[in-house]
Amino acid sequence: MFAVEVNNLRKEFFRRDATRTHMRRRRRRVAALEGVTFTMERGECVAILGQNGSGKSTLVRLLSTLLLPDGGSARIFGHDVVKESRPVQRLVNRVSVEASFFKKMSSEENLAYAARFYGIPPSVTKTAIPEILERVGFPAGRRHEPMENLSRGMQQKVALARALLTSPVLLLLDEPTTGLDPRSKLEVQDFIRDVWTSHDATILLCTHDLREAEVLADRVGILDRGRLIALDPAEVLKEQHDVETLEEAFFAATGRAFEEEEDEDAERGVFA
Amino acid sequence: MREAAATMRHEFIGLYGMLERNWYLIKRYAWWEVAFFFWTAANTLTIVFIAKGVVAEGGTVNLDRLTTILLIGAVIWSYLGIVFELLIETVAWERWEGTIEYTFMAPLTRAVHLLGTGLFAIGYGIVRASIVFAAIAAFFGLHMPNANFATAVVLLAVASISFVGIGMMTAVLPLISPEKGTQFGYVAQGLMLVVSGVYYPVSVLPEFMQWLAKISPATYALRGERSAILDGATIGSVWGDLWPMLLIGVISVPLGIWVFRRGELHAKRHGKLKRSG
Repeated sequence: MFAVEVNNLRKEFFRRDATRTHMRRRRRRVAALEGVTFTMERGECVAILGQNGSGKSTLVRLLSTLLLPDGGSARIFGHDVVKESRPVQRLVNRVSVEASFFKKMSSEENLAYAARFYGIPPSVTKTAIPEILERVGFPAGRRHEPMENLSRGMQQKVALARALLTSPVLLLLDEPTTGLDPRSKLEVQDFIRDVWTSHDATILLCTHDLREAEVLADRVGILDRGRLIALDPAEVLKEQHDVETLEEAFFAATGRAFEEEEDEDAERGVFA
Repeated sequence: MREAAATMRHEFIGLYGMLERNWYLIKRYAWWEVAFFFWTAANTLTIVFIAKGVVAEGGTVNLDRLTTILLIGAVIWSYLGIVFELLIETVAWERWEGTIEYTFMAPLTRAVHLLGTGLFAIGYGIVRASIVFAAIAAFFGLHMPNANFATAVVLLAVASISFVGIGMMTAVLPLISPEKGTQFGYVAQGLMLVVSGVYYPVSVLPEFMQWLAKISPATYALRGERSAILDGATIGSVWGDLWPMLLIGVISVPLGIWVFRRGELHAKRHGKLKRSG
């Protein structure tokens, strides 16, 4: 059984144009994912590279039951994400680019109530929360401080702790290091590696950090305008395109440089 | 059997999680809660002073009775406000903080999610409404020698079931419109109370509004509360108000969960859980 089995997955959104025709704003169909197919083995780490608006976050949201697909299927350890959402939710957790928390509440409070939603009682979180915060390098003495007092890097560590507290078998990481300073970025990457090796977790890492993808993942996928155009080990991708770096491989595969992001995002208008 | 027990335990822990989270929020925003309490008290005073105004204008009324009638109306209004507000914030606040996706991807049934918020809203609402009632009654030196507070609490508890059911339906509004959905919840609250005889008997309303009053749980709550506090009605004597509220509650809670679930599916289909989506 595959850890993740995605077959011809499609998702589209409708956006209203600013211009009006006959007093009504025209609705525009925007394809966020167009027939994405891939599988992941248990314990594998796959990185999906793509520009803003390429459909990375849409893919993560579909796998974490936050969006309903318009076609195709996705299964997590054999469970369909639409028809068997509850078992999927028990197996999956996610860390996204925004470390979303109740800002006035402390990290301990945020972790405690989130753990309850996964059936973890206070008797367990009493010891588990300080332990897991220590593991992610969060100073134990600050766990009673409101989240709003913490730096972005600290908040992202708490986000990692929130995901790990529920012992997910599949960890979905959606640009977990975007916007972090270099030191925090390295710390988070080290921790992801640690979790991967020590937790028997399967990791899907969506990123636009080429080095992060190359260093952390077994295989690297390239998602371009909603289509998965490659999925191979980084070395194979480089060999296929006869180039030295992953950036060059990306350029060769998509025909565009990695920096050409803003226009893409605005034009497609899908999840970043 | 063992699996069912484990599922039950999981859901109870989840329910506790909802209560725990709301308690943390109330605690962290304690000073704002105090400020809102004074606002509610001031609002209630402006309504209750109308009784004295009627006398000052030459009206001949039983001042204590009219003051108590208005006080009950104002307190029920504020109680309903708290219940609706907390339920609407189930979505609105979480969207604001960005936590909504984490809540909606957790293995928690939507019924437990909403009932947890509803239970907290009832508990917190009863405490706050009781304090406002006692404070304003003391301010006006009201005497309620016949009051049957036990019946009043039972009536409020039963009314709360249907209030929570209707509140669940309004909680879906911020999913459909993040900008205006919350405010529309207050519109629903106002519409419900205007037909329910909040400060006047339902009999003064036009006929079509009297018909609407029949399907509003607030009508029975207000009438029952007034009977209990002014005339010392027992639970048996307010049964005529209790059973319609129970009936509306039995219908409105599952309907509320169903409506919310529809809203959730709509949001998941159109990518509306994330604010920028």
